[in-house]
Amino acid sequence: MPSASTIQTLTQLSYLIAAALFILGLKRMSSPVTAVSGVRWAGVGMLLATIVTLAFMGASSLNLMLVIIAIAIGTVIAWVSGKRVAMTDMPQMIALYNGMGGGAAAAIAAVELYSGNEHNPVHLTMAAVGGFIGAVSFSGSLIAFAKLQGLITKSVRFSGQKFVNLAILLITVGFGFMVVSGVGADSGLPVVSLLFVSALILGVAMTLPIGGADMPVVISLYNALTGLAVGFEGFVLDNAAMIIAGTVVGSAGTLLTQLMAKAMNRSLGNVLFSNFGETSVAGGGAAGTQKPIEASDAGVMMAYSQKIIIVPGYGLAVAQAQHKVWELTQLLMDHGVKVRFAIHPVAGRMPGHMNVLLAEAGVPYDLISDLDEINAEFETADVALIIGANDVVNPDARTNKSSPIYGMPILNADKAKNVIVIKRGQGQGFSGIDNALFGLDQTRMLYGDAQAAVSQLIQAVKAAG
Amino acid sequence: MIDGVIALYIFMLAAFTGYEVISRVPVILHTPLMSGSNFVHGIVLVGAMVALATADTTLVRVIGFIGVLLAAGNAVGGYVVTERMLKMFVLAGKKKGP
Repeated sequence: MPSASTIQTLTQLSYLIAAALFILGLKRMSSPVTAVSGVRWAGVGMLLATIVTLAFMGASSLNLMLVIIAIAIGTVIAWVSGKRVAMTDMPQMIALYNGMGGGAAAAIAAVELYSGNEHNPVHLTMAAVGGFIGAVSFSGSLIAFAKLQGLITKSVRFSGQKFVNLAILLITVGFGFMVVSGVGADSGLPVVSLLFVSALILGVAMTLPIGGADMPVVISLYNALTGLAVGFEGFVLDNAAMIIAGTVVGSAGTLLTQLMAKAMNRSLGNVLFSNFGETSVAGGGAAGTQKPIEASDAGVMMAYSQKIIIVPGYGLAVAQAQHKVWELTQLLMDHGVKVRFAIHPVAGRMPGHMNVLLAEAGVPYDLISDLDEINAEFETADVALIIGANDVVNPDARTNKSSPIYGMPILNADKAKNVIVIKRGQGQGFSGIDNALFGLDQTRMLYGDAQAAVSQLIQAVKAAG
Repeated sequence: MIDGVIALYIFMLAAFTGYEVISRVPVILHTPLMSGSNFVHGIVLVGAMVALATADTTLVRVIGFIGVLLAAGNAVGGYVVTERMLKMFVLAGKKKGP
């Protein structure tokens, strides 16, 4: 067995290497070509740090056994669920794993605070703050998961909710102060437990009123918060790998959250504290009646077009229609039609979610364009085919100041010569806002499940050709 | 030991690093990247292991056990879903449109 100082040096070295691999890995994940190698590099770092810790942490045999059993259970559950989850359910799965990380950070804080071995006031503060953030992230992420998974369908809202949440926040901070300062330690109050319980309640109370459309921003925020909590606990444990990795994720996650909120033209405060989706909109923009079209007519129109822009939305993902859409695209390209995909930054449920789904179907990414690249091209398109998208093509965002999405950048599908909208029914979309596009003269509605409707279009195009 | 001002330096440099690394990421990779950063904070596993290793009461052992279990879930789950998503980009990239 090497000496204690050698062990210390080896452990710290492995953490240094792990931290470097995490940063390089994240860097490589920022380009599609190197992305897979990026996550593998980070994986090597994680494995190295875990193995070295396991070998040198010097636990009693009971504790060592508990560590191994806990890792085994956690690994099996996460491995199986991660392999099985459908691509469409990815956002809530990320929320769930993120919540687990937050819970783990809170657990570390709880171990430090309950064992009472820690007296350094800086470390106590770090432990309490990290535990608080971790617990909020834990319960908040679980609520986000439950909402996206459909386990909770109602958004709980009541007047004065902001003030109730503020009160819970202040109470939590108060308990945190008592834990750190030792004030009221002789009062017999279980302040450590009260801190964690109120932090958990805060996470639930903050997340319950937030509507499904805003959930990706919230998940991203909790991701950043978990990173921060991990960083704080890293200070407590003198663990450089945790400090660096946690802080990197904390700042990267904050930036990512801002980018997402910006793409939806909403501020973060707006997402957290306004009641989006509840405000009933006077149907001012939705003039005109919706005009249906048969799949056969739509197919003929598309087969004889020069250029078609497809706008996929979450409805496509729900119906698992991405493979059919690629089949339709290939068929149209064989007819000499120029086909492009236009992806709104918040298409699907998260920025980039729709790209993942199209990639799953095998759509090459040179056919996929984002909002800035494609918006000028709608004017030259013969057909804009909207599949299960709604708010991201709603021209009210440009013109109707009373609309809740006014000012959000949209895809200018209304500029195309013809618009075909595949939609399940005549109802409103995810956010409950009327869509002026559906009533325009050049718009035709193709009602039905996205997968069935696209299959009909494929038959129609084949028949036309 | 990492203490005081040194800790603040590490914190500051890591914060800038995170910001820089993400700021050049194309929108199409936002979801995998969020998942990837979610995996990276799975490093909380080593902290949870150390915390459980020092546990000396039943209460602390139970909390530490839950912590390690959750952290392992974060790390493994984060890795599996991130790799699955990113693999699709490679496949899609190789398949060129006609």
